[in-house]
Amino acid sequence: MRKEVPLIITFLAGAFFIADYFVPHTGFSHIAETINGWTIIVITFAYVLGVANVTRVNLDYIQRKGKDTPYKIILLICLLFMMTVGIVWGIAEGTIFDWFFINIYVPMQSMMFALLAFYIASAAFRAFRIRSTQAALLAITAVLVMIGRVPIGEAIWKDFSNFAEWIMNVPQLAGKRAILIGAALGAISTGLKVIVGLERTHLGAD
Amino acid sequence: MKKLLEFINNLDRRWIFLFIGLAVSLPLFFPLGIDFTVSHPVQGFYDTIEKVPNGSKILMSCDYDPGSLPELYPMTVAALEQMFRKDLKVIVTCLWPAGPPVVERALNHMAFEYKKEKGIDFVNLGFKEGREVVMVSMGASIPNTFPTDYNGTPVTQIQIMQGVTNFKDLAMIVNISAGYPGTKEWVQQVQARYNIDLVSGCTAVSAPEFYPYYQTGQLKGLLGGMKGAAEYEKLVGVMGLGTRGMDAQSVSHLTVFFFILIGNLAYFVLRALKGKEVK
Repeated sequence: MRKEVPLIITFLAGAFFIADYFVPHTGFSHIAETINGWTIIVITFAYVLGVANVTRVNLDYIQRKGKDTPYKIILLICLLFMMTVGIVWGIAEGTIFDWFFINIYVPMQSMMFALLAFYIASAAFRAFRIRSTQAALLAITAVLVMIGRVPIGEAIWKDFSNFAEWIMNVPQLAGKRAILIGAALGAISTGLKVIVGLERTHLGAD
Repeated sequence: MKKLLEFINNLDRRWIFLFIGLAVSLPLFFPLGIDFTVSHPVQGFYDTIEKVPNGSKILMSCDYDPGSLPELYPMTVAALEQMFRKDLKVIVTCLWPAGPPVVERALNHMAFEYKKEKGIDFVNLGFKEGREVVMVSMGASIPNTFPTDYNGTPVTQIQIMQGVTNFKDLAMIVNISAGYPGTKEWVQQVQARYNIDLVSGCTAVSAPEFYPYYQTGQLKGLLGGMKGAAEYEKLVGVMGLGTRGMDAQSVSHLTVFFFILIGNLAYFVLRALKGKEVK
């Protein structure tokens, strides 16, 4: 029964929500609405699990006195601090939580993404070496789109942005649509395999 | 000459970092003011909001976090500018946990400029975990999915939420998205199912993925990256952060192009020289 019960639950839940998409009956959608509410509650509890897991993993590391111990201690202190101030004083604009969020978290996360600009430039310098026909097509298209989608492109040639837009609307769109359709068919196939029990990796089974 | 070419071919990336740093920062201090035209997807975004009758209620889902601020925050502000100008009532939700404080700032700033009142002209319902489940749940009942707003006030006590049950009570959805969950999920779970007008503002790296949806009409408009934000600001008539970043983006793109060009030149010339030496 350890395998059969989860498989039956998976089948019933999957089949029900597929049917909900197509059945306009109000009673049916009321049941779906209730189950969706349960789902949101269960997913939210994953945050509790996540915080507990982060705390446990980092405490274990600190006890073992690894080389990154100071960073783990800072992580746990910050986690506890932000949770406490958020729960006690709230998270609205003007609170301590909001101050730390806007003045520390926002600049730090923005900085992490800003670094990408430098690494992408460096990667582009090395990656766009024209060693083959395909590499030439890639490099030329990338450069045309890169220049065409900024104002300097229009300053160089007034139809540059229209040309870049054509690349996005025709060849790029065709390729992307093919990928979307392929991915969607794959998702349908995988979903049906999970629902009927052919795919059991989500249960931890072989 | 050969030494120079080898130096370029094996260029230390710190030189690239230095030039990119200068390319991004100098235009911010010395603006070039390069003009640009508005593309069709951006025009579609603007026109779709413009067609909504004044006073209607719009759902704005801000699904991003501070990492995508430079591209998406200008779109958020410009969209709020257009919506408040038309006296549209804005209901904001977030599907990313770090989104609400950022959007709260944009709302408060624009509300002050346009003398809009929280709870009457706009509301921030905050973040709810659940991704696509939240979207589908909102299709049944928005008040049940978001029982309180970002500040903890029950939605039953918020004037703007009176008469709002689900997507049928809204004129359209404006989605500003940085990834998953975001525009693709709104198209799949909401637009396809409830046939409501949907426009999207997204990062430049994810915009190509949504062109098929724009072409089929599932998205009525699309803003892609900071350029999309700048074009939209031009339509709305504001000089915002998107427009101010265009010069820096232009010069940095040219700088990347320059490095690709000299890298390839050095590569080909060195290859030719090595071929001659072998002969």
